Amino acid sequence: MQPADALLSATGISKHFGGLAALSDVSITIRRGEIFGLIGPNGAGKTTLFNVLTGIYAADGGELVFDGKRIDGFKPHRVAQYGIARTFQNIRLFSSMTALENVMVGRHLRTRTGVLGAVLRTRRALAEERAIVQRAHELLNYCGLSARANDLARDLPYGDQRRLEIARALATDPKLLALDEPAAGMNATETEALKTLLERTRADGVTLLLIEHDMKLVMSLSHSVVVLDYGEKIAEGEPAAVQRDAKVIEAYLGGSLT
Amino acid sequence: MSFSALISNPRWRRTAWIVIALLLLAAPFLIEATLGRSWVRITDVALLFIMLALGLNIVVGFAGLLDLGYIAFFAVGAYSYALLASPQLGIHWPFLLLLPLGAAVAALFGILLGAPTLRLRGDYLAIVTLGFGEIIRVFLNNLNRPVNITNGPQGITLIDPLQMGGFSLSQSHSFAGLTFSPVHSYYFVFLACAVLSIVISLRLENSRVGRAWMAIRDDELAASAMGINTRNVKLLAFAMGATFGGLAGALFASFQGFISPESFHLIDSIMVLCMVVLGGMGNVAGVVLGAVLLTALPEALRYIGPLQQSWFGEILVEPSDARMLLFGLALVLMMLLRPSGILPSRRRRMTLPSLTTKATRAAG
Amino acid sequence: MEIFAQQLVNGLVLGSIYALVALGYTMVYGILGLINFAHGDITMIGALVSITVVQLLAAAGMPAAVTLVLAGGVAMVVCVILGVSIERVAYRPLRRAPRLAPLITAIGISILLQYSAALIWGKQYIAMPELIEPTRISIAGAQLTDLQVVIFLLACLIMASLLWFIKTSRMGRAMRATEQNPDVAGLMGVNTNTVIAFTFVLGSAIGAIAGLMVVLYYGLGHYFMGFMLGLKAFTAAVLGGIGNVAGAVLGGLLLGVIESLASGYIGDLTGGVLGSNYRDIFAFLVLVLVLVLKPSGLMGQHSGDRA
Repeated sequence: MQPADALLSATGISKHFGGLAALSDVSITIRRGEIFGLIGPNGAGKTTLFNVLTGIYAADGGELVFDGKRIDGFKPHRVAQYGIARTFQNIRLFSSMTALENVMVGRHLRTRTGVLGAVLRTRRALAEERAIVQRAHELLNYCGLSARANDLARDLPYGDQRRLEIARALATDPKLLALDEPAAGMNATETEALKTLLERTRADGVTLLLIEHDMKLVMSLSHSVVVLDYGEKIAEGEPAAVQRDAKVIEAYLGGSLT
Repeated sequence: MSFSALISNPRWRRTAWIVIALLLLAAPFLIEATLGRSWVRITDVALLFIMLALGLNIVVGFAGLLDLGYIAFFAVGAYSYALLASPQLGIHWPFLLLLPLGAAVAALFGILLGAPTLRLRGDYLAIVTLGFGEIIRVFLNNLNRPVNITNGPQGITLIDPLQMGGFSLSQSHSFAGLTFSPVHSYYFVFLACAVLSIVISLRLENSRVGRAWMAIRDDELAASAMGINTRNVKLLAFAMGATFGGLAGALFASFQGFISPESFHLIDSIMVLCMVVLGGMGNVAGVVLGAVLLTALPEALRYIGPLQQSWFGEILVEPSDARMLLFGLALVLMMLLRPSGILPSRRRRMTLPSLTTKATRAAG
Repeated sequence: MEIFAQQLVNGLVLGSIYALVALGYTMVYGILGLINFAHGDITMIGALVSITVVQLLAAAGMPAAVTLVLAGGVAMVVCVILGVSIERVAYRPLRRAPRLAPLITAIGISILLQYSAALIWGKQYIAMPELIEPTRISIAGAQLTDLQVVIFLLACLIMASLLWFIKTSRMGRAMRATEQNPDVAGLMGVNTNTVIAFTFVLGSAIGAIAGLMVVLYYGLGHYFMGFMLGLKAFTAAVLGGIGNVAGAVLGGLLLGVIESLASGYIGDLTGGVLGSNYRDIFAFLVLVLVLVLKPSGLMGQHSGDRA
C-alpha cells in the first residue's frame, strides 16, 4: 500500500554478495517534494541501497516503483531517463573536462543531436548546443560555481567538486535527486551553503534522497528518515522520533546506555 | 608584436590560413622538386595514415577504447573496393559507389565486432580486438579455397584506379603547364579526404556525441548514471572509427592497384595506435602530427642503410629493423617520460582509471 | 578413433607447453593487473638462446643430456635477468598510471625484444640441432616420440611444483596476499616490490623452459615465434581464469586439445571449405567466446573487478 503522493516506493529489497546479505527486506517510501534521509552506521548498506535504486545493482528480491512505473532491473541510464539522478560518495566527475562541460554532459539525455547534426552543423544542432551551454551556465550559477566554469574538474577545490556533481545531476532534469554523502569532508561554512542549496533545490520541485553522516544536517533538512543497520531497516519516521529511538542509539553507539 | 598577439589577430590568422592552403596545394610539386617523386608518394601515404589515425583517435582518444586490431577495418575497406573493381571477380563498379561502400562495410564490421565485446574491460577489449584483426587477416589469406574470393596470399592485383569516363588518375595529365602524374593527382584526392576527416573530427569533438565519448572515457559508471547509453555510444565510436578506416582502405586499394593480406598486419594496427598515442591522444592536431611523423621518419631512416655502408662498409642494421627498434624504444620512452603525447590535449592525458583507483571506488 | 587419439595426444603435449607460458601471464596479471605483452617474446629469447647454446655445445661434443640441461639453465638465467629488468625499468614506474600506459609500454618492449632478436639471430628460421634420435612410442593408437612424453611430464612436474610452492611456501603466501590486496599486504610487512620481482623471476624462468621445449618440439626457432605463442598462452590463461594459476594449467591443456582436435577435424566438419590452415584462429575464437560468454574463465578469477 503506498500513499498517493509517493514518488519512489521500494518494497522488500534484498541484495546479496556471495554469502553476505548487504540488504535484507528493506522497504522505503519517498513522498513527492520531501527531503528523505537515509542514515546508519558504516557498512549498513546505504550505498548498496542507492546503487539498487539507481540501477547499478540489480536487486535479488523486491520491487521498485518510481513515479508509478516499475523500474526493477533497469540499467543506470534508463533510471536516469525516468528521472532519478545521483551523486557519488567518492566524487565521480569527468576529470579531463571543464566544470561547464561536466554539466553539459548532464544535458545529454534531454537532448538529441547525433553525429549527423554535429558534423553538418545543422541549424537545429547549433540551436540545441547553444541551449545546452546556456542551461549549463544557469546550473553552475545556481550552485555557485560560475567563476569556475572553464576550470578543469580535477583542478577544483573539494567543496566545489561536490557542488559540481550536484549541478551535473540537476542538468538531467531529475524528479528525484539522490545524494551520497554530499557533505563529506566539508567544513561548517561549506555545509551551511550546501544546506541552502539543497533547500532551494527542493523548493524548486526536486525531491531529495540523502545519505549523510552529518547528523545535524540530515536531521535539520529531512522530513522523513530511515535508519539502516546491517542491511535491515531498524527505524523510520520523523527525525526527532528517530533520534530518540533506542535501537538507533544502540546501532550507532554499540550498546544501550543503561 | 608578440607571437601570441600575432596569433590572436584575426587578420593575421586569415593570412596564415591562406598561406597554409596555398602551400598545401603546391606541396606535391614543391616536394618533387626538392626531394624527388618518391617523397610525393610518401606524402600520399601519410595523408591516408592521417585518416586512419583520426579514425582510431575517435575510438581510443575520444572514447578511451583500446583497439589493437584497427587495421582490420582498413583491410575490409580495401578488399571491398578491390573485389568490386578488379579482374578478381570480374566486377568493375564505379568508385563513387565503391568508396562509400567500403566505408559502410567497414562500419558494419565495426558494429559486428563491437556489439558483443564493447562491454569488456579495457585490456580484455584490447586483446579481443587484436584477435579480431588476426582473424580477418587469416581469412583474407585463406579464402582462396574452395572458391577463390580473396586470392589468398597473392592478393588482388590490377585494381581499378579512381576513374570516370575516360579520365583516370592512373595516367598523367597536363594542366596549366604542370604535369600531374598519378601521385600528384591522388595527392589532391587524399588531401581533400584528410581535410574532411580533420573537420569531422573537430566537429565531433565539440559536440554532444563527443562529450558523451569523453565522459565514458573519464568515468563510464558516472556517464551511465547521467543517462548516457554507454553501450550504444561506444558502438557508435567503433563504427565511426571503422568508417574512417574503411574509406582509407578503399582509397588505398585504388591508389596502390594491388593489395595482399601482408599489408594489413598487426604491426600496422600498432603503428596507427602509436600515431594516436605519441601524437597526443584525443588531440586532433597532435594525432595529425603523429601520423605525419611516423610515416615520414621511417622513410627518412632508409638513408641509414647507405650511411652505414659508407661508415662501416657493410649494413649492420637493416633500416626496416632499425625503424622497428626505434619504434619500440619510442613507445617505451614516451610512456615513461611523456605519456600525454607530443601535443597533449588540453584535456588530461589518458584518463582511464587505473586498477588501484578502480578498486578503491568499488569498495567505497 | 585413431585420429582422435592422435590429436588428443598432440594436443596434450602442445597444451602443456601453452600452460607453462600461460603461467607467466596469469601470475603477472594476478599481481599487477597487467597483460605482459612481452612475455611471449621472453619465451622466444629463451628458445633462441637455448638453440645457440646447444649449437655451441653439440659442436664441442658434449653429451646430449648435459647439453640440454645447460641450455635450459642458460636460457633461464637470460630470461630471468630480462624479465626482472623489464619489470624494474618499464613496468614499475607505471604502476599507478592509467592502465593504457603499461599496456603500450609492454607492446613497445615486445617490439624491442623481437627486433633485437632479429638483429642477433637474423630473421630466418633457426634449426635446433638434433641431439638424440627420438624413439617412437604408441599409446592407444596414437604415435608420439619419447621426447614429447618427456616434455609433457616435465611440464606437468613444473606446474605441480609451482602450485605446491604457491600454496605452501612463505613467498607463495606473500604472492597470494599481494595479489589480493597489495596495499594491505604491504602494511602486513610484505615487500611488494620483491614479491612482484619474484613473480617475474618465476614466470620468466618457466617461460625459458617452455621456449626450450618449443624448439625441441618443432625443431625450429624464429624471432617472431613469441607473438603467436604468447597470444595462445594468454588465451589459455583467460580460458582457465586469468589470475588463477591452476586455471592456467587447465586452460593450457584444454586449449592445446581444442586446437588439435579442431584442426584435425575441421576439414570433415566444413566439407572441405575450411582446412587446418585456419589452425591459428581457433585460439582467437576461443578467446573471443570465453571473454564474451564467461569472462571469468573456467575456474574463475581471483578478484572480480568489474568495470
